[in-house]
Amino acid sequence: MSSETNGAAERFAIGISFGNSSSSIARLNPEGKAEVIANEEGDRQIPSVLAYIDGEEYHGTQAKAQLIRNSKNTVAYFRDYLGKDFKSIDPTPCHNSAHPQQNDSTVAFSICDTANETPNTVTVSEITTRHLRRLKQSASDYLGKEVNAAVITVPTDFKDSQREALIASANAAGLEVLQLIHEPVAAVLAYDARPEAVVTDKLVVVADLGGTRSDASVVSCRGGMYSILATAHDYELGGATLDKIIIDHFGKEFQKKHKTDPREDVRGLAKLKLEGEATRKALSLGTNASLSIESLANGIDYGSTVNRTRYELLSGKVFAQFTGLIEQVVKKAGLDVLDIDEVILAGGTSHTPKIAQLTANIFPETTKVLAPATFIGAINPSELAPRGAAIQASLIQEFDKEDIEQSIHPMVTATPHLQNAIGVEFTSGETVDFKALLNTETALPARRLVQFAVPKEGGDVFIRVCEGVREIKVTKPEPKAKEEKPAKTEEDEEDSDFDSDDEEEEETREIIWKTEKPIAELAVKGTKAGSKVELMIHVNADLGLQITAKEVGGQSAVRGAVEAPKA
Amino acid sequence: MSTVQTVNLSLPSLPAGWTAEKDFKSVGSLSAATQRNLEPVGPHFLAHARRSRHSRTFSEDERIQAQQNVKSTEEDEDDDISEDEDSVLLSREAKDWKSQDHYQVLGLSKYRWRATPEQIKRAHRKKVLRHHPDKKAALGDRDENDQFFKCIQKATEVLSDPVKRRQFDSVDEAAEVEPPTKKEATKKFFKLWNPVFVAEGRFSKKQPVPQLGDDNSTQEEVETFYNFWYDFDSWRTFEYLDEDVPDDNENRDQKRHMEKKNANARRKRKTEDTARLRHLVDDCAAGDERIKKFRKAARADKDKKRLDREAEAKRLLEEKEKARLEEEQRKKDAEEAAKADREKNKKAKEAAKNAAKKNKRVLKGSVKDVNYFADGGEPSAAQVDSVLGDVDLVISKIDAEELAGLAERLTAAGKDGAAVKTVYTEEVQRLVGASKLKEGEAKFFV
Repeated sequence: MSSETNGAAERFAIGISFGNSSSSIARLNPEGKAEVIANEEGDRQIPSVLAYIDGEEYHGTQAKAQLIRNSKNTVAYFRDYLGKDFKSIDPTPCHNSAHPQQNDSTVAFSICDTANETPNTVTVSEITTRHLRRLKQSASDYLGKEVNAAVITVPTDFKDSQREALIASANAAGLEVLQLIHEPVAAVLAYDARPEAVVTDKLVVVADLGGTRSDASVVSCRGGMYSILATAHDYELGGATLDKIIIDHFGKEFQKKHKTDPREDVRGLAKLKLEGEATRKALSLGTNASLSIESLANGIDYGSTVNRTRYELLSGKVFAQFTGLIEQVVKKAGLDVLDIDEVILAGGTSHTPKIAQLTANIFPETTKVLAPATFIGAINPSELAPRGAAIQASLIQEFDKEDIEQSIHPMVTATPHLQNAIGVEFTSGETVDFKALLNTETALPARRLVQFAVPKEGGDVFIRVCEGVREIKVTKPEPKAKEEKPAKTEEDEEDSDFDSDDEEEEETREIIWKTEKPIAELAVKGTKAGSKVELMIHVNADLGLQITAKEVGGQSAVRGAVEAPKA
Repeated sequence: MSTVQTVNLSLPSLPAGWTAEKDFKSVGSLSAATQRNLEPVGPHFLAHARRSRHSRTFSEDERIQAQQNVKSTEEDEDDDISEDEDSVLLSREAKDWKSQDHYQVLGLSKYRWRATPEQIKRAHRKKVLRHHPDKKAALGDRDENDQFFKCIQKATEVLSDPVKRRQFDSVDEAAEVEPPTKKEATKKFFKLWNPVFVAEGRFSKKQPVPQLGDDNSTQEEVETFYNFWYDFDSWRTFEYLDEDVPDDNENRDQKRHMEKKNANARRKRKTEDTARLRHLVDDCAAGDERIKKFRKAARADKDKKRLDREAEAKRLLEEKEKARLEEEQRKKDAEEAAKADREKNKKAKEAAKNAAKKNKRVLKGSVKDVNYFADGGEPSAAQVDSVLGDVDLVISKIDAEELAGLAERLTAAGKDGAAVKTVYTEEVQRLVGASKLKEGEAKFFV
């Protein structure tokens, strides 16, 4: 009787990843797991394409199929045009669909979206609104409840004008935008929200390999808080580049057989593009993939297969560009590949096994590459962004609008980050060891608790808190080591002939911590044998420290404060 | 954040000779920090934002969060389903369930029809935990009276079945709100009437029910309200008050008779209820100052319109009259002017005529004065005739002005016969020159 009390004001939020080539919607299911929602056609990656025939709107896969016959009234790849000047857009991706046009310095499309013959000018904002409205409808239909709010992911290079335009479009579609979050961070969040994940300090490279563009960023995770250290973008590299290779491969083959080039015919090219994309995706799963197109050119039906090795051979250069982008971003962050703890491959193109393998090759073995080909527990790379958005949406759904605004205000987000790591120095005889407790780039204020073992006999122990610096130690293998090696791996000798030659010149690189600057010294006296000492370091936003050390279970604690450095 | 890392390195022992006050020595400070933007994403960031916005420290924030968590779970558990159970209630017999207040039994008398199924479920559970016969036995209560427990079961049975609950709610007198009397309502109209309509609104099939509003409600709102209540669609039923129908198969007639009686009673009550509600709304509308206000406003509006219309008609009439008068005046003026003109013309004509007459006389006199140009003695009759004929001819041919000029010249000539003749001859010649006179027409003055 009173169940419909405050139904109107209640928010029902989903996560949306709005991409150039495809979009996804997700929501947390009652078990608390993010779930990507399939639309009416069963697609979880819904192509960001809208097509119009006789005033009827087609969306997603249906619209994408119209790129062949009805390309003039089909709008695709429009995300990056939103909120931008006509002057500053790159219209290449839209070559095969409705062409962008200038409209008061913004971008618009001229399409017949009504039953009339005369084309209308529809702004990119309006197209976005229609697209989001369809996504909202699909989500509402699936969930059985009207969706009225969303967290939307955006690339890291989205400008304020683009953000505003996106928010305005979403509002026009009846969606309250709770927050816009960055795609790489959404991907990290999707991995970190898994129940088995533990909060650790790590540096993550997120490579978002999309349909038409690729982005890479270095994200530092410190105590569950994320900061982006560097980003790199390649606006011409993406799945489409790989599609081009497939298209060229089949195009040439067809030309050889039938003496006509299907790529010269607009419709032939569109057919090849559509089917080629499907073939490429199939090659990510199987080692062989076929392609068959009816009436490709001059009414000739065409069918052929390609195997993965062939494809990988042809795409070698493009794959190198992908890995190059990842290396570039690591370099840009002023880091070494050794510093990276995890690589997350996101975006549809990340399904390609070879890319994951090549990526794994540039990083040391300790670095986890989270992609389906290299990590069994990997989440579908296409679903990372929407899942992250859905998780964030569930977190802030209950918040007031004002609360959200205040929380994402620069007052809160702009924080000092540690320049050097803080840790404890262990001196045992000659060797000096450093154990980092707060890593570099930890957002302040921060607090860490750590337990140390005491020497076997107990007694008084000494704790020295220092700043540490990481150095990369390069050791050329000594000739002695080379001799030793074959002895160790005698069994592998036959097949590792080639390998060992390679390793000869390869130098080993490792991370060495050096203490830079002592901060404080503490003594915990009279510890019992076999007990532990708990150390708590609290760093204030002004770089002052509070340090507390005590024996676990003990009564008295050693406390002290280090004053903030004078500016 | 508060998770403890464990490091399996053992700490070094205290170097000999190291001493410090309170065993702590600060020997340096941190290097400068770099400013970066945190990504506002994830649970840990939200915790950070909470701390930073309320400027709490880690431990404070943890404590406050923990407190809030505890509070919220307690609220869930406890609610307000805790009412005293008086002895009268506890000593109820389960067989009198028809007269029992189910809400009171479950401790929900504060909520009544507002109680959610969830609340009813929880209240039932709570009561069962307290009054279950097994529990009583375990507590050593020898009394095997489980009547109240049965009451609880019956109450739950009624309230958890939507149909039965509606039947009970229909006759739940404790939920009724008495309408205020006229005298009471004059002062606190909205305060007293509002709960009446809220209570009556529970029977509406259409939800939500429009509210009575307040002094500032618009006419539309007020009209919607009264229209709703005059078209009230109620689900209220009176089955609960049915007399028990005997359940034995023996007396079918008796059973049918009872059923018929019950159906009639229900119908009668329903009719009465509809009438009661209508009467109630009538009462309310009668006392509603807003309706009077709107009526007054409407009347004032209408009056104003009428007055405006009348004033307008009057103004038009006046304008018409004025136009007519002006037109008449104009006509009169024109007539008078024409008359004066005519008279003036007449006079001028007369004067001209007189002048011509005089001039003609001068003309004729002039020839007479010179004795008709006879050279001494009496002129012959023929000469007189021809002279006068010529004079008449000249007169007939010239206009008034020339006549005046001629007369002047003749007067100047006086009684000099030659001079007069010259004047005439000149005149005739001029007339011939102007081809008004044919050559030879004049016989004498040539």
